[in-house]
Amino acid sequence: MKLDRRTFIELGVGFSVGAGTGFMLTPVNWKLMDDVAIWTQNWPWVPVPERGKVTHVNSVCTLCPGGCGITVRKVEDRATKIEGRKGYPVNKGGICILGAAGLQLLYGPWRVPSPLRRVGKRGSGHFERISWDEAINAVVQKLRGLRQNNQSHTLACISGSDRGTMSQLFDRFLKAYGSPNFIRTASAEDTYELALGVMQGTTASVAYDLERANFILSFGSGLIEGWGSPVRVIKAHSMWRSGNSKERATVVQIEPRLSNTAAKADNWYPVNPGTEAALALGLAHVIIKESLYDLDFIRNHTFGFEDWGDFTGKTYMGFKHLVLTEYTPEAVARITGLSAKKIIELARAFAKAERPLAVWGRGKGTISGSLYECMAVHALNALVGNINKPGGVSARPQVATQAWPDVDQDTTAWTGCRMPRLDGAGTSRYPLTKYLPERLFQIINAQKAGTIQALLVHEADPYYTTLDSAAVAKAFDRIPFVVSFSTYMDETAYHADLILPNHHYLERWEDVPTPVGLQKPILGLLKPAVSPQFDTRHTGDVLMAIAKGLGGTVANAFPWEDYETLLKETMGDKWDTLEETGYVEEADYEPPARESGFGTPSGKFEFYVTAFDQAGMKMSKDVDYLPHYEPVEPEGSAVTYPLILIPLELMRLADGAVGNPPFCTKTLEETELKGNDLFVEINPKTAADFRLSEGQHAILETPKGKAKVLVHLFEGIMPGVIAIPKGLGHTAYDDYLAGKGVNANSLMGVVEDPISGLSATWGIRAKLTSV
Amino acid sequence: MSTTEEKEQAVAEDEQKEAGDEQAAEEVPAEATPEPVKPGTWRFLIPIAAFFVGFVVLLFVGWIIFPQLLYCEKQQPIDFSHKLHVEEVGECEGCHFFREDGSFSGVPKLENCLQCHEEPMGEHPEEAKLIKEYVEPEKEIPWYIYARQPVCVFFSHAAHVKMGELECETCHGPVGDSDHVRPYQYNRLTKYSRDIWGWNIAGFKKNSWDRMKMDDCAECHEKMKGTKDACFVCHK
Repeated sequence: MKLDRRTFIELGVGFSVGAGTGFMLTPVNWKLMDDVAIWTQNWPWVPVPERGKVTHVNSVCTLCPGGCGITVRKVEDRATKIEGRKGYPVNKGGICILGAAGLQLLYGPWRVPSPLRRVGKRGSGHFERISWDEAINAVVQKLRGLRQNNQSHTLACISGSDRGTMSQLFDRFLKAYGSPNFIRTASAEDTYELALGVMQGTTASVAYDLERANFILSFGSGLIEGWGSPVRVIKAHSMWRSGNSKERATVVQIEPRLSNTAAKADNWYPVNPGTEAALALGLAHVIIKESLYDLDFIRNHTFGFEDWGDFTGKTYMGFKHLVLTEYTPEAVARITGLSAKKIIELARAFAKAERPLAVWGRGKGTISGSLYECMAVHALNALVGNINKPGGVSARPQVATQAWPDVDQDTTAWTGCRMPRLDGAGTSRYPLTKYLPERLFQIINAQKAGTIQALLVHEADPYYTTLDSAAVAKAFDRIPFVVSFSTYMDETAYHADLILPNHHYLERWEDVPTPVGLQKPILGLLKPAVSPQFDTRHTGDVLMAIAKGLGGTVANAFPWEDYETLLKETMGDKWDTLEETGYVEEADYEPPARESGFGTPSGKFEFYVTAFDQAGMKMSKDVDYLPHYEPVEPEGSAVTYPLILIPLELMRLADGAVGNPPFCTKTLEETELKGNDLFVEINPKTAADFRLSEGQHAILETPKGKAKVLVHLFEGIMPGVIAIPKGLGHTAYDDYLAGKGVNANSLMGVVEDPISGLSATWGIRAKLTSV
Repeated sequence: MSTTEEKEQAVAEDEQKEAGDEQAAEEVPAEATPEPVKPGTWRFLIPIAAFFVGFVVLLFVGWIIFPQLLYCEKQQPIDFSHKLHVEEVGECEGCHFFREDGSFSGVPKLENCLQCHEEPMGEHPEEAKLIKEYVEPEKEIPWYIYARQPVCVFFSHAAHVKMGELECETCHGPVGDSDHVRPYQYNRLTKYSRDIWGWNIAGFKKNSWDRMKMDDCAECHEKMKGTKDACFVCHK
């Protein structure tokens, strides 16, 4: 047969058709289709946790002062999930978005991998890795030098807390070393502790019995925005909102902006920002005038309600007198912008409720706030007899632990500790205040260079969280030696000379004191869930190593072998329970009885604060001893800056010492952050006045700084008021966070409270210009 | 004569010659005319034959060669006899047990083996291999897992064995009767064990344990639970 053209075609076509038919009768195509589909679902770069034995470790979350119990799910040595710990007295199985994102902080690229020493200019971000011995030695050398020059008091320490063994270790270190300058970062706790101190005579923290209250009057507190211990408060909030209309609690939100809390409240009253104290006193006026107050409590357990006279015959004004004359609904309506009718209605509803409760602390409670405002709200609770009572407010102590032996000070330490504090707290100007974190930086800037020679920063990021960022940056430049113990490359670490990274909270042992606002004392135990991922060390051990390096009485003040030994000894007989169950709860604790619960000079709840006199503060007028409305004027002139800027806080945006993890940042809406631009909220009416439209760029300027922002029109904000979210504008950390938006703290200044010296800032004047 | 003219002449001569050749070529077949090719009775067989060749070749490739290309074969590190161990230890649960928290231990870890094999118990060469290569250097045995489901599948042994009361054999087959471990094959594309698709390349199955694709799970779920569309049960 000859292979001619025709044959060739016949063979070719025949073979192809045959092959095609044959192919269709094999499983190749069906099988490959399935396999390719699966192949596309299994790209090698998709991270998949390794298989292995699953275990769970119970610990506590330290990302905010909420102190929730957590359960870390592990596969072999890898932590794979953080869940709320079931049955934990604080959060009862719940967890917030930040707590759930804790693993990103553990494994994220912003961990400090080993001790680092700055090599470039400060703030240039150039560091070199050094060994732990070198790092500790560098601190020892510097501190020894200061001590030898009798400058021990120029050492300061900023810590995120003053409770728990770690913060106390730093305090102890300063005592042994010879410096009075232990400083806690700012929060609403500062002011509330002070208010409880002067009105109830205790040193304890405020506790709200939220779960048993059934009428909640919130003065700007972001109840579901992260105020207090967030998961606990949100759970209480769910409880208030459930049940039929008779059982469910009433929530009233006083706030210039329609926050989520306001949106979910039964009533939302927008008042002029900063006038909350006036409203509280206006409500008190109605309650007193209509005799709706708790007569038994007021008559038997309070002091300074009525006018009173001392043994010399001199008479003093009481709270009732002041409120009845100064804070009529009409007067208050003029200040707050809320109608007199609404004020009267609200006062009646509050006083007649079965278990009313007024809560204080703006937003998440990250700013100290005004003392008189806090006292005015607290006085409202006292009027309805809500002090030390179920469903009320009380002063709650911590779980008692073993005391440490006294520090044996040498002459240098003794002299150093008797120097006045640099921030002015506890001095004759501010005798009642413990710490003045915001003031510290202002003072460093005001005084000559070298006021502070060395700064230790523990579990805090003052460079980012302190108001008036420009002033803080300037002050940092004036501190020659900054040591950060941060786990993460936060702003303070970035501007430090040495970073001695602490273990991550999922890698270390530590005690966690009672969460903010909780009724019952509870002590939680931080327990390592995973082994340290980097060359980090427990700051407790590092601090003790520094003390040992300094030798003498400083070393002697730390007789413990290591931090774990110290922790076990300090917990004493509670250690076994702690290790076994992860927490110790004083479940039977009840607030002290009213007869014996007040440590004030009068032994009663004081409307008229006699503690001011005792502390040597000479007030010019009677009214200064009473809760009253004293406007905290925002900085700037109303002519140049026609608007008022207030910060807004979101549950999905961490604005404290820990940067927002990418998981949370992803949840921000396109009206909060778009690309790297943050939005400023403005009422459409105000926007029209300034010819601004939705989504356009604008320059936001305050006396403290300016920034380019996007405009978001929002009916829920009062005309004339604008707001930006707190928690953005980081410069350190990594690409997932740095450069996104503007740091609200950089646009705000510090307005000092006249009594406490703490920052009473609630906003600042601002202007918005179209670009 | 110029060069150009020479060239032109040469071209003209060539053309003449070619014309003559063509004439000759036409003449040749005229002289010896062969029998014309009649449309023979066998001619139609050519495409048919080609069809069958193509058909058979592709069938062969598809059914025999393709599986060998698609799957990669590995031998287990140790030729383990389930039969022997079942006789010694008892039920499957002797080694494949549920932990206290209800999770399933799966393939035993070395510590399980150590309970008996810290010292050699006999003289079997595979046992000697176990002791030399894994027990002494305290190294986990890198078993290949036949029944491993993809990572997107949540599977709980407790739900199936404890609550569903399924026998191990229903899904795993009569492994306990085997004297040797069979070779492990995995798909080069998907990296899945061949047991998931089943050893029959066409995906046919005779026994309940022959294949463990999603449809096989769904089939049983529908039977036991009344629905096969509860995606979230397995795909969390």
